[in-house]
Amino acid sequence: MHARHLELIDFRSYEKLTIELEAGPSVFVGPNGQGKTNLLEALGYVATLGSHRVAADAPLVRSGAERAIVRSTVVNDARELLVELEIVPGKANRARLNRAPATRPRDILGALRMVLFAPEDLSLVRGDPAERRRFLDELLVARQPRYAGVRSDYERVVKQRNALLRTAYLSRKTGAGSRDLSTLDVWDNHLAQHGAELLAGRLELAAELRAPMSRAYEAVSQGKGHADMAYSSSLGDDLPAANRSLLTAQLLEALAQARTQEIERGVTLVGPHRDELKLTLGDLPVKGYASHGESWSYALAMRLASFDLLRAGGIEPILALDDVFAELDTGRRERLAELVSTAEQTLVTCAVAGDVPAALQGARYDVHEGEVRRVL
Amino acid sequence: MYEGAIQDLIDELGQLPGIGPKSAQRLAFHILSADPADVHRLAGALNRVKELVRFCNLCFNVAESDTCRICRDPRRGTEVICVVEEPKDVVAIEKTGEFRGRYHVLGGAINPLEGIGPDQLRVRELLTRLRDGEVKELILATDPNTEGEATATYLALLIKPMGLSVTRLASGLPVGGDLEYADEITLGRAFEGRRAL
Repeated sequence: MHARHLELIDFRSYEKLTIELEAGPSVFVGPNGQGKTNLLEALGYVATLGSHRVAADAPLVRSGAERAIVRSTVVNDARELLVELEIVPGKANRARLNRAPATRPRDILGALRMVLFAPEDLSLVRGDPAERRRFLDELLVARQPRYAGVRSDYERVVKQRNALLRTAYLSRKTGAGSRDLSTLDVWDNHLAQHGAELLAGRLELAAELRAPMSRAYEAVSQGKGHADMAYSSSLGDDLPAANRSLLTAQLLEALAQARTQEIERGVTLVGPHRDELKLTLGDLPVKGYASHGESWSYALAMRLASFDLLRAGGIEPILALDDVFAELDTGRRERLAELVSTAEQTLVTCAVAGDVPAALQGARYDVHEGEVRRVL
Repeated sequence: MYEGAIQDLIDELGQLPGIGPKSAQRLAFHILSADPADVHRLAGALNRVKELVRFCNLCFNVAESDTCRICRDPRRGTEVICVVEEPKDVVAIEKTGEFRGRYHVLGGAINPLEGIGPDQLRVRELLTRLRDGEVKELILATDPNTEGEATATYLALLIKPMGLSVTRLASGLPVGGDLEYADEITLGRAFEGRRAL
Protein backbone atom coordinates (compact mmCIF):
# COMPACT_ATOMS: atom_id res chain seq x y z
CA MET A 1 0.00 0.00 0.00
CA HIS A 2 1.03 3.60 -0.23
CA ALA A 3 -0.18 6.95 1.07
CA ARG A 4 -1.23 9.26 -1.76
CA HIS A 5 -2.16 12.27 0.27
CA LEU A 6 -1.46 13.59 3.74
CA GLU A 7 -3.17 16.47 5.44
CA LEU A 8 -2.31 17.79 8.91
CA ILE A 9 -4.18 20.38 10.92
CA ASP A 10 -2.65 21.64 14.17
CA PHE A 11 -0.43 18.56 14.39
CA ARG A 12 2.88 19.34 16.15
CA SER A 13 4.48 22.27 14.31
CA TYR A 14 2.03 22.22 11.42
CA GLU A 15 -0.91 24.58 11.49
CA LYS A 16 -2.15 23.37 8.14
CA LEU A 17 -0.35 21.18 5.67
CA THR A 18 -1.38 19.29 2.57
CA ILE A 19 1.06 17.19 0.59
CA GLU A 20 0.64 14.79 -2.27
CA LEU A 21 2.75 11.66 -2.12
CA GLU A 22 3.41 8.89 -4.58
CA ALA A 23 4.55 5.29 -4.64
CA GLY A 24 8.29 4.64 -4.63
CA PRO A 25 10.91 6.42 -2.57
CA SER A 26 10.31 9.93 -1.25
CA VAL A 27 12.95 11.89 0.63
CA PHE A 28 12.22 14.74 3.03
CA VAL A 29 15.22 17.01 3.47
CA GLY A 30 15.64 19.91 5.84
CA PRO A 31 17.69 21.24 8.75
CA ASN A 32 17.03 19.98 12.30
CA GLY A 33 13.80 20.96 14.01
CA GLN A 34 11.86 21.79 10.86
CA GLY A 35 9.20 19.08 11.18
CA LYS A 36 10.44 16.15 9.08
CA THR A 37 9.85 13.52 11.74
CA ASN A 38 6.42 14.99 12.49
CA LEU A 39 5.26 13.85 9.06
CA LEU A 40 6.25 10.24 9.71
CA GLU A 41 4.91 10.45 13.24
CA ALA A 42 1.50 11.54 11.94
CA LEU A 43 1.28 8.60 9.54
CA GLY A 44 2.58 6.30 12.27
CA TYR A 45 -0.15 7.54 14.60
CA VAL A 46 -2.82 6.60 12.09
CA ALA A 47 -1.19 3.18 11.70
CA THR A 48 -0.83 2.33 15.40
CA LEU A 49 -2.99 4.91 17.24
CA GLY A 50 0.09 5.97 19.14
CA SER A 51 3.21 8.02 18.66
CA HIS A 52 6.63 6.39 18.52
CA ARG A 53 8.10 9.37 20.38
CA VAL A 54 5.73 10.21 23.23
CA ALA A 55 3.26 8.27 25.36
CA ALA A 56 0.80 11.13 25.92
CA ASP A 57 -1.12 12.87 23.16
CA ALA A 58 -0.73 16.45 24.42
CA PRO A 59 2.63 17.14 22.67
CA LEU A 60 1.07 16.12 19.34
CA VAL A 61 -1.31 19.06 19.30
CA ARG A 62 0.11 22.42 18.21
CA SER A 63 0.35 24.67 21.23
CA GLY A 64 -2.74 26.85 21.45
CA ALA A 65 -4.92 24.42 19.51
CA GLU A 66 -7.43 22.02 21.07
CA ARG A 67 -7.22 19.14 18.69
CA ALA A 68 -5.07 17.84 15.88
CA ILE A 69 -6.38 16.25 12.72
CA VAL A 70 -4.51 13.79 10.51
CA ARG A 71 -6.08 12.85 7.21
CA SER A 72 -4.59 10.49 4.68
CA THR A 73 -5.68 8.79 1.50
CA VAL A 74 -4.23 5.32 1.32
CA VAL A 75 -4.03 3.30 -1.88
CA ASN A 76 -4.08 -0.45 -1.54
CA ASP A 77 -4.32 -2.60 -4.67
CA ALA A 78 -5.60 0.43 -6.61
CA ARG A 79 -8.42 0.94 -4.11
CA GLU A 80 -8.46 4.22 -2.21
CA LEU A 81 -9.37 4.64 1.42
CA LEU A 82 -9.61 7.95 3.25
CA VAL A 83 -8.61 7.69 6.91
CA GLU A 84 -9.18 10.59 9.27
CA LEU A 85 -8.21 10.85 12.88
CA GLU A 86 -8.96 13.61 15.30
CA ILE A 87 -6.58 13.64 18.26
CA VAL A 88 -8.00 15.29 21.38
CA PRO A 89 -5.66 15.08 24.39
CA GLY A 90 -7.36 13.81 27.51
CA LYS A 91 -10.40 12.65 25.58
CA ALA A 92 -11.26 9.84 23.22
CA ASN A 93 -9.97 10.26 19.69
CA ARG A 94 -12.44 10.25 16.83
CA ALA A 95 -11.87 8.41 13.60
CA ARG A 96 -13.54 8.32 10.20
CA LEU A 97 -13.13 5.91 7.33
CA ASN A 98 -14.18 7.18 3.90
CA ARG A 99 -16.04 10.00 5.68
CA ALA A 100 -18.14 7.59 7.75
CA PRO A 101 -17.52 7.80 11.50
CA ALA A 102 -15.95 4.68 13.00
CA THR A 103 -17.50 3.40 16.22
CA ARG A 104 -14.12 3.15 17.90
CA PRO A 105 -10.78 4.53 16.75
CA ARG A 106 -9.56 0.92 16.90
CA ASP A 107 -11.65 0.18 13.83
CA ILE A 108 -9.28 2.11 11.59
CA LEU A 109 -6.31 -0.09 12.52
CA GLY A 110 -5.15 -1.89 9.41
CA ALA A 111 -6.38 0.83 7.05
CA LEU A 112 -2.86 2.19 6.97
CA ARG A 113 -0.01 -0.14 7.73
CA MET A 114 3.45 1.17 8.29
CA VAL A 115 6.79 -0.06 9.58
CA LEU A 116 8.72 2.85 11.01
CA PHE A 117 12.38 2.87 11.88
CA ALA A 118 13.39 5.81 14.07
CA PRO A 119 16.37 6.76 16.24
CA GLU A 120 14.25 5.71 19.27
CA ASP A 121 14.58 2.12 18.04
CA LEU A 122 18.13 1.98 19.33
CA SER A 123 16.49 1.08 22.65
CA LEU A 124 15.34 -2.18 21.03
CA VAL A 125 18.95 -3.25 21.18
CA ARG A 126 20.28 -1.31 24.15
CA GLY A 127 17.20 -0.96 26.33
CA ASP A 128 15.54 -3.23 28.89
CA PRO A 129 14.02 -6.59 27.97
CA ALA A 130 10.61 -4.87 28.20
CA GLU A 131 11.42 -2.98 24.96
CA ARG A 132 12.03 -6.22 23.09
CA ARG A 133 8.92 -7.86 24.56
CA ARG A 134 6.90 -4.88 23.38
CA PHE A 135 8.48 -5.15 19.92
CA LEU A 136 7.36 -8.79 19.69
CA ASP A 137 3.89 -8.12 21.11
CA GLU A 138 3.20 -5.19 18.80
CA LEU A 139 4.22 -7.19 15.76
CA LEU A 140 2.09 -10.08 17.00
CA VAL A 141 -0.95 -7.81 17.27
CA ALA A 142 -0.28 -6.28 13.84
CA ARG A 143 -0.34 -9.76 12.29
CA GLN A 144 -3.14 -11.26 14.40
CA PRO A 145 -5.33 -8.66 16.15
CA ARG A 146 -6.67 -11.38 18.47
CA TYR A 147 -3.43 -11.10 20.43
CA ALA A 148 -4.43 -7.62 21.60
CA GLY A 149 -7.02 -9.38 23.76
CA VAL A 150 -4.62 -12.12 24.87
CA ARG A 151 -2.06 -9.53 25.87
CA SER A 152 -4.44 -7.35 27.89
CA ASP A 153 -6.02 -10.40 29.59
CA TYR A 154 -2.60 -11.64 30.56
CA GLU A 155 -1.50 -8.26 31.94
CA ARG A 156 -4.71 -8.04 33.96
CA VAL A 157 -4.20 -11.50 35.46
CA VAL A 158 -0.61 -10.67 36.44
CA LYS A 159 -1.81 -7.48 38.15
CA GLN A 160 -4.53 -9.27 40.10
CA ARG A 161 -2.22 -12.10 41.04
CA ASN A 162 0.46 -9.67 42.26
CA ALA A 163 -2.15 -7.90 44.41
CA LEU A 164 -3.12 -11.24 45.93
CA LEU A 165 0.50 -12.20 46.60
CA ARG A 166 1.11 -8.85 48.28
CA THR A 167 -1.86 -9.20 50.64
CA ALA A 168 -0.82 -12.79 51.35
CA TYR A 169 2.64 -11.57 52.25
CA LEU A 170 1.30 -8.83 54.50
CA SER A 171 -1.17 -11.08 56.30
CA ARG A 172 1.54 -13.68 56.85
CA LYS A 173 3.75 -11.05 58.37
CA THR A 174 1.02 -9.93 60.75
CA GLY A 175 0.13 -13.55 61.50
CA ALA A 176 -3.36 -13.39 60.00
CA GLY A 177 -2.95 -16.79 58.41
CA SER A 178 -2.97 -17.88 54.80
CA ARG A 179 -6.69 -17.65 54.01
CA ASP A 180 -5.98 -15.14 51.26
CA LEU A 181 -4.20 -17.81 49.31
CA SER A 182 -7.32 -19.89 48.71
CA THR A 183 -7.78 -18.30 45.30
CA LEU A 184 -4.15 -18.39 44.21
CA ASP A 185 -4.70 -21.69 42.37
CA VAL A 186 -7.40 -20.02 40.32
CA TRP A 187 -5.10 -17.19 39.31
CA ASP A 188 -2.34 -19.72 38.56
CA ASN A 189 -4.69 -21.46 36.14
CA HIS A 190 -5.60 -18.26 34.36
CA LEU A 191 -2.03 -17.04 34.28
CA ALA A 192 -0.92 -20.33 32.76
CA GLN A 193 -3.70 -20.32 30.15
CA HIS A 194 -3.28 -16.75 28.94
CA GLY A 195 0.49 -16.94 29.45
CA ALA A 196 0.76 -20.07 27.29
CA GLU A 197 -1.26 -18.37 24.58
CA LEU A 198 0.98 -15.30 24.58
CA LEU A 199 4.13 -17.38 24.89
CA ALA A 200 3.14 -19.61 21.98
CA GLY A 201 2.49 -16.55 19.83
CA ARG A 202 5.83 -15.01 20.71
CA LEU A 203 7.76 -18.26 20.17
CA GLU A 204 6.25 -18.74 16.73
CA LEU A 205 6.93 -15.12 15.85
CA ALA A 206 10.53 -15.19 17.10
CA ALA A 207 11.16 -18.32 15.06
CA GLU A 208 9.75 -16.68 11.94
CA LEU A 209 11.68 -13.46 12.49
CA ARG A 210 15.06 -15.13 12.86
CA ALA A 211 15.92 -15.77 9.24
CA PRO A 212 14.73 -12.44 7.79
CA MET A 213 16.52 -10.61 10.60
CA SER A 214 19.85 -12.36 9.97
CA ARG A 215 19.41 -11.77 6.25
CA ALA A 216 18.69 -8.08 6.73
CA TYR A 217 21.66 -7.59 9.02
CA GLU A 218 23.96 -9.46 6.71
CA ALA A 219 22.79 -7.40 3.77
CA VAL A 220 23.21 -4.09 5.57
CA SER A 221 26.60 -4.99 7.07
CA GLN A 222 27.71 -6.99 4.05
CA GLY A 223 28.60 -10.11 5.98
CA LYS A 224 30.32 -8.43 8.91
CA GLY A 225 29.02 -10.67 11.67
CA HIS A 226 26.10 -13.04 11.96
CA ALA A 227 23.09 -11.61 13.77
CA ASP A 228 20.81 -14.03 15.55
CA MET A 229 17.95 -13.90 18.02
CA ALA A 230 16.56 -16.43 20.46
CA TYR A 231 13.51 -16.21 22.65
CA SER A 232 14.55 -16.90 26.19
CA SER A 233 11.70 -17.85 28.48
CA SER A 234 11.57 -17.93 32.25
CA LEU A 235 10.52 -21.55 31.68
CA GLY A 236 13.84 -22.40 30.07
CA ASP A 237 14.77 -22.96 26.45
CA ASP A 238 13.56 -25.48 23.86
CA LEU A 239 9.85 -24.94 24.42
CA PRO A 240 7.21 -26.64 22.31
CA ALA A 241 5.85 -23.61 20.49
CA ALA A 242 2.92 -25.23 18.78
CA ASN A 243 1.69 -27.12 21.83
CA ARG A 244 -0.28 -24.71 23.97
CA SER A 245 -1.54 -27.30 26.42
CA LEU A 246 2.01 -28.47 27.08
CA LEU A 247 3.10 -24.87 27.65
CA THR A 248 0.19 -24.38 30.06
CA ALA A 249 1.29 -27.46 32.00
CA GLN A 250 4.90 -26.25 32.12
CA LEU A 251 3.84 -22.83 33.34
CA LEU A 252 1.70 -24.39 36.08
CA GLU A 253 4.61 -26.54 37.18
CA ALA A 254 6.98 -23.55 37.25
CA LEU A 255 4.44 -21.55 39.25
CA ALA A 256 4.14 -24.37 41.79
CA GLN A 257 7.91 -24.41 42.20
CA ALA A 258 8.21 -20.66 42.55
CA ARG A 259 5.29 -20.26 44.93
CA THR A 260 7.18 -19.86 48.24
CA GLN A 261 9.55 -17.39 46.69
CA GLU A 262 6.68 -15.51 45.06
CA ILE A 263 4.86 -15.09 48.36
CA GLU A 264 8.06 -13.86 49.98
CA ARG A 265 8.61 -11.25 47.31
CA GLY A 266 4.99 -10.45 46.53
CA VAL A 267 5.36 -10.58 42.74
CA THR A 268 4.77 -13.08 39.97
CA LEU A 269 8.17 -14.45 39.02
CA VAL A 270 7.22 -16.84 36.21
CA GLY A 271 5.59 -16.07 32.89
CA PRO A 272 6.05 -14.27 29.58
CA HIS A 273 6.24 -10.90 31.35
CA ARG A 274 9.69 -11.94 32.58
CA ASP A 275 10.97 -13.26 29.26
CA GLU A 276 13.65 -11.84 27.01
CA LEU A 277 14.47 -11.81 23.34
CA LYS A 278 18.20 -12.43 23.26
CA LEU A 279 20.07 -10.70 20.47
CA THR A 280 23.53 -11.83 19.49
CA LEU A 281 26.12 -10.75 16.98
CA GLY A 282 28.56 -13.53 16.25
CA ASP A 283 29.17 -15.17 19.62
CA LEU A 284 28.57 -12.06 21.71
CA PRO A 285 25.42 -10.43 23.02
CA VAL A 286 24.65 -7.17 21.23
CA LYS A 287 23.89 -5.26 24.39
CA GLY A 288 27.16 -4.01 25.86
CA TYR A 289 29.36 -5.37 23.08
CA ALA A 290 28.21 -3.97 19.76
CA SER A 291 29.42 -0.58 18.56
CA HIS A 292 27.02 2.28 17.95
CA GLY A 293 26.92 1.62 14.21
CA GLU A 294 26.42 -2.10 14.75
CA SER A 295 23.60 -1.52 17.25
CA TRP A 296 22.00 0.88 14.81
CA SER A 297 22.21 -1.63 11.98
CA TYR A 298 20.85 -4.31 14.30
CA ALA A 299 17.76 -2.31 15.29
CA LEU A 300 17.28 -1.51 11.63
CA ALA A 301 17.50 -5.21 10.74
CA MET A 302 14.75 -5.96 13.28
CA ARG A 303 12.44 -3.41 11.68
CA LEU A 304 13.27 -4.63 8.19
CA ALA A 305 12.49 -8.19 9.29
CA SER A 306 9.10 -7.00 10.62
CA PHE A 307 8.52 -5.39 7.25
CA ASP A 308 9.33 -8.69 5.49
CA LEU A 309 6.98 -10.67 7.70
CA LEU A 310 4.11 -8.24 7.29
CA ARG A 311 4.69 -8.11 3.56
CA ALA A 312 4.67 -11.90 3.37
CA GLY A 313 1.32 -11.76 5.20
CA GLY A 314 -0.28 -10.28 2.08
CA ILE A 315 -0.55 -6.52 2.58
CA GLU A 316 2.61 -4.57 2.07
CA PRO A 317 3.12 -1.83 4.65
CA ILE A 318 4.60 1.58 3.99
CA LEU A 319 8.26 1.71 5.04
CA ALA A 320 9.38 4.83 6.86
CA LEU A 321 13.01 5.51 7.75
CA ASP A 322 13.50 8.43 10.06
CA ASP A 323 16.99 9.90 10.00
CA VAL A 324 18.57 6.52 9.41
CA PHE A 325 21.36 7.35 6.95
CA ALA A 326 23.38 9.84 8.97
CA GLU A 327 24.49 7.05 11.33
CA LEU A 328 25.61 4.59 8.67
CA ASP A 329 28.83 4.42 6.67
CA THR A 330 28.68 4.77 2.89
CA GLY A 331 28.72 1.01 2.25
CA ARG A 332 25.85 0.36 4.63
CA ARG A 333 23.86 3.25 3.17
CA GLU A 334 24.14 1.84 -0.35
CA ARG A 335 23.10 -1.64 0.69
CA LEU A 336 20.19 -0.40 2.78
CA ALA A 337 18.99 1.62 -0.19
CA GLU A 338 19.18 -1.46 -2.38
CA LEU A 339 17.34 -3.53 0.20
CA VAL A 340 14.41 -1.17 0.53
CA SER A 341 14.14 -0.27 -3.15
CA THR A 342 11.60 -3.08 -3.63
CA ALA A 343 9.14 -1.56 -1.14
CA GLU A 344 6.01 -0.07 -2.66
CA GLN A 345 6.52 3.18 -0.79
CA THR A 346 9.51 4.30 1.24
CA LEU A 347 9.48 7.58 3.13
CA VAL A 348 12.89 8.83 4.22
CA THR A 349 13.90 11.85 6.25
CA CYS A 350 17.39 13.28 6.46
CA ALA A 351 19.12 16.55 7.31
CA VAL A 352 21.66 16.46 4.49
CA ALA A 353 20.51 15.46 1.02
CA GLY A 354 23.90 13.97 0.18
CA ASP A 355 23.44 11.26 2.83
CA VAL A 356 20.74 9.57 0.81
CA PRO A 357 22.13 7.10 -1.73
CA ALA A 358 21.31 7.52 -5.39
CA ALA A 359 19.14 4.37 -5.44
CA LEU A 360 16.60 6.13 -3.23
CA GLN A 361 16.45 9.38 -5.16
CA GLY A 362 12.78 9.47 -6.03
CA ALA A 363 10.55 12.35 -5.16
CA ARG A 364 12.19 15.00 -3.01
CA TYR A 365 10.62 17.46 -0.62
CA ASP A 366 12.20 20.38 1.18
CA VAL A 367 10.99 20.83 4.73
CA HIS A 368 11.54 24.30 6.10
CA GLU A 369 9.82 26.02 9.04
CA GLY A 370 6.67 23.96 8.81
CA GLU A 371 6.41 24.22 5.02
CA VAL A 372 6.84 21.18 2.82
CA ARG A 373 7.65 21.85 -0.83
CA ARG A 374 8.18 19.31 -3.56
CA VAL A 375 11.42 20.09 -5.38
CA LEU A 376 12.01 17.02 -7.55
CA MET B 1 -19.28 27.71 47.04
CA TYR B 2 -22.95 28.30 47.79
CA GLU B 3 -24.43 28.86 51.21
CA GLY B 4 -25.98 26.28 53.50
CA ALA B 5 -28.58 23.87 52.19
CA ILE B 6 -27.90 24.18 48.48
CA GLN B 7 -24.18 23.44 48.94
CA ASP B 8 -25.07 20.49 51.22
CA LEU B 9 -27.25 19.09 48.45
CA ILE B 10 -24.53 19.61 45.83
CA ASP B 11 -22.00 17.83 48.06
CA GLU B 12 -24.35 14.91 48.67
CA LEU B 13 -25.22 14.50 44.99
CA GLY B 14 -21.54 14.73 44.12
CA GLN B 15 -20.96 11.53 46.13
CA LEU B 16 -23.04 9.51 43.65
CA PRO B 17 -21.26 7.42 41.02
CA GLY B 18 -20.87 9.14 37.66
CA ILE B 19 -21.83 12.57 39.06
CA GLY B 20 -19.13 15.23 38.92
CA PRO B 21 -19.26 18.68 40.56
CA LYS B 22 -20.89 20.32 37.52
CA SER B 23 -23.61 17.68 37.22
CA ALA B 24 -24.23 17.83 40.97
CA GLN B 25 -24.74 21.57 40.69
CA ARG B 26 -27.14 21.20 37.77
CA LEU B 27 -29.17 18.54 39.58
CA ALA B 28 -29.28 20.60 42.78
CA PHE B 29 -30.64 23.66 41.01
CA HIS B 30 -33.10 21.53 39.11
CA ILE B 31 -34.39 20.16 42.42
CA LEU B 32 -34.52 23.67 43.85
CA SER B 33 -36.73 24.92 41.04
CA ALA B 34 -38.91 21.79 40.86
CA ASP B 35 -42.46 21.47 42.13
CA PRO B 36 -42.47 20.76 45.92
CA ALA B 37 -44.67 17.68 45.39
CA ASP B 38 -42.11 16.18 43.01
CA VAL B 39 -39.30 16.83 45.46
CA HIS B 40 -41.28 15.16 48.26
CA ARG B 41 -41.87 12.14 46.08
CA LEU B 42 -38.14 11.90 45.35
CA ALA B 43 -37.25 12.27 49.04
CA GLY B 44 -39.85 9.65 49.93
CA ALA B 45 -38.44 7.23 47.33
CA LEU B 46 -34.95 7.73 48.74
CA ASN B 47 -36.14 7.02 52.28
CA ARG B 48 -38.21 4.01 51.30
CA VAL B 49 -35.42 2.37 49.36
CA LYS B 50 -33.34 2.08 52.53
CA GLU B 51 -36.29 1.17 54.76
CA LEU B 52 -38.05 -1.35 52.62
CA VAL B 53 -35.53 -2.93 50.31
CA ARG B 54 -33.69 -5.86 51.77
CA PHE B 55 -31.73 -8.71 50.41
CA CYS B 56 -33.40 -12.05 49.87
CA ASN B 57 -32.42 -14.57 52.55
CA LEU B 58 -31.89 -17.26 49.96
CA CYS B 59 -30.41 -15.72 46.85
CA PHE B 60 -29.38 -12.21 48.01
CA ASN B 61 -31.23 -10.52 45.21
CA VAL B 62 -32.95 -7.26 46.19
CA ALA B 63 -36.37 -7.95 47.74
CA GLU B 64 -39.10 -6.25 49.75
CA SER B 65 -39.60 -9.10 52.20
CA ASP B 66 -37.45 -11.92 53.58
CA THR B 67 -37.41 -13.70 50.27
CA CYS B 68 -37.52 -12.26 46.78
CA ARG B 69 -40.23 -12.65 44.17
CA ILE B 70 -38.30 -15.30 42.29
CA CYS B 71 -37.50 -17.46 45.32
CA ARG B 72 -41.15 -17.29 46.44
CA ASP B 73 -42.47 -18.37 43.03
CA PRO B 74 -43.47 -22.08 43.34
CA ARG B 75 -43.48 -22.50 39.55
CA ARG B 76 -39.75 -21.97 39.36
CA GLY B 77 -37.57 -25.06 39.48
CA THR B 78 -35.25 -25.67 42.40
CA GLU B 79 -32.86 -27.97 40.54
CA VAL B 80 -30.92 -25.30 38.71
CA ILE B 81 -29.20 -22.28 40.24
CA CYS B 82 -27.76 -19.50 38.12
CA VAL B 83 -24.89 -17.67 39.84
CA VAL B 84 -24.51 -13.97 38.97
CA GLU B 85 -22.44 -11.07 40.27
CA GLU B 86 -25.07 -8.36 40.82
CA PRO B 87 -28.86 -7.99 41.10
CA LYS B 88 -28.86 -6.19 37.75
CA ASP B 89 -27.59 -9.39 36.14
CA VAL B 90 -30.71 -11.16 37.42
CA VAL B 91 -32.84 -8.58 35.63
CA ALA B 92 -30.83 -9.07 32.43
CA ILE B 93 -31.29 -12.84 32.48
CA GLU B 94 -34.98 -12.56 33.46
CA LYS B 95 -35.57 -10.47 30.34
CA THR B 96 -34.57 -13.44 28.19
CA GLY B 97 -37.43 -15.49 29.64
CA GLU B 98 -35.27 -18.57 29.06
CA PHE B 99 -34.33 -19.42 32.59
CA ARG B 100 -36.93 -20.95 34.92
CA GLY B 101 -34.68 -21.83 37.87
CA ARG B 102 -33.45 -19.80 40.82
CA TYR B 103 -30.57 -17.37 41.20
CA HIS B 104 -27.71 -16.71 43.56
CA VAL B 105 -26.26 -13.19 43.70
CA LEU B 106 -22.62 -13.17 44.81
CA GLY B 107 -22.38 -9.42 45.32
CA GLY B 108 -19.33 -8.97 43.11
CA ALA B 109 -16.40 -10.96 41.74
CA ILE B 110 -13.02 -12.01 43.08
CA ASN B 111 -10.79 -8.96 42.69
CA PRO B 112 -7.55 -8.90 44.72
CA LEU B 113 -6.75 -5.37 43.53
CA GLU B 114 -9.84 -4.17 45.39
CA GLY B 115 -9.34 -6.56 48.27
CA ILE B 116 -12.29 -8.78 47.35
CA GLY B 117 -11.80 -12.51 47.93
CA PRO B 118 -14.28 -15.38 48.36
CA ASP B 119 -14.89 -14.33 51.98
CA GLN B 120 -16.24 -10.97 50.86
CA LEU B 121 -18.69 -12.67 48.46
CA ARG B 122 -21.70 -14.83 49.26
CA VAL B 123 -19.87 -18.05 48.54
CA ARG B 124 -20.45 -19.70 51.91
CA GLU B 125 -24.18 -19.03 51.56
CA LEU B 126 -24.12 -20.66 48.13
CA LEU B 127 -22.48 -23.79 49.54
CA THR B 128 -25.14 -23.94 52.26
CA ARG B 129 -27.85 -23.86 49.59
CA LEU B 130 -26.26 -26.72 47.72
CA ARG B 131 -25.94 -28.95 50.75
CA ASP B 132 -29.48 -30.43 50.79
CA GLY B 133 -28.89 -32.13 47.44
CA GLU B 134 -31.93 -30.69 45.72
CA VAL B 135 -29.83 -28.65 43.30
CA LYS B 136 -28.53 -30.65 40.32
CA GLU B 137 -26.97 -28.00 38.11
CA LEU B 138 -25.13 -24.74 38.65
CA ILE B 139 -24.88 -22.22 35.83
CA LEU B 140 -22.00 -19.77 36.28
CA ALA B 141 -23.07 -16.48 34.72
CA THR B 142 -20.38 -14.15 36.03
CA ASP B 143 -19.09 -11.44 33.68
CA PRO B 144 -16.84 -12.59 30.80
CA ASN B 145 -13.86 -10.54 32.02
CA THR B 146 -10.71 -11.49 33.95
CA GLU B 147 -12.34 -11.21 37.39
CA GLY B 148 -15.58 -12.92 36.35
CA GLU B 149 -13.68 -15.80 34.78
CA ALA B 150 -11.53 -16.20 37.89
CA THR B 151 -14.67 -16.30 40.06
CA ALA B 152 -16.23 -18.91 37.79
CA THR B 153 -13.09 -21.07 37.89
CA TYR B 154 -12.91 -20.77 41.66
CA LEU B 155 -16.52 -21.86 42.09
CA ALA B 156 -16.14 -24.69 39.60
CA LEU B 157 -13.10 -26.06 41.45
CA LEU B 158 -14.99 -25.81 44.72
CA ILE B 159 -18.31 -27.27 43.64
CA LYS B 160 -17.55 -29.90 40.99
CA PRO B 161 -16.28 -32.37 43.63
CA MET B 162 -19.76 -32.21 45.20
CA GLY B 163 -21.08 -34.11 42.19
CA LEU B 164 -23.08 -31.29 40.61
CA SER B 165 -23.05 -30.43 36.97
CA VAL B 166 -21.37 -27.05 36.62
CA THR B 167 -21.74 -25.07 33.40
CA ARG B 168 -20.50 -21.71 32.15
CA LEU B 169 -22.30 -19.33 29.80
CA ALA B 170 -20.93 -19.43 26.26
CA SER B 171 -19.12 -16.41 24.87
CA GLY B 172 -18.80 -15.38 21.28
CA LEU B 173 -20.60 -13.52 18.55
CA PRO B 174 -23.67 -11.37 19.16
CA VAL B 175 -26.78 -12.74 17.48
CA GLY B 176 -28.52 -10.78 14.75
CA GLY B 177 -25.43 -8.85 13.73
CA ASP B 178 -23.17 -9.21 10.77
CA LEU B 179 -19.94 -11.14 11.12
CA GLU B 180 -18.03 -8.26 9.51
CA TYR B 181 -19.04 -5.88 12.29
CA ALA B 182 -17.73 -8.02 15.13
CA ASP B 183 -14.51 -6.66 16.56
CA GLU B 184 -11.48 -8.82 15.93
CA ILE B 185 -11.04 -9.85 19.56
CA THR B 186 -14.58 -11.19 19.88
CA LEU B 187 -14.38 -12.81 16.46
CA GLY B 188 -10.98 -14.31 17.29
CA ARG B 189 -12.38 -15.82 20.49
CA ALA B 190 -15.46 -17.09 18.73
CA PHE B 191 -13.12 -18.85 16.31
CA GLU B 192 -11.29 -20.49 19.15
CA GLY B 193 -14.51 -21.57 20.84
CA ARG B 194 -16.14 -22.91 17.66
CA ARG B 195 -18.27 -26.05 17.93
CA ALA B 196 -18.90 -29.03 15.70
CA LEU B 197 -22.28 -29.25 13.98
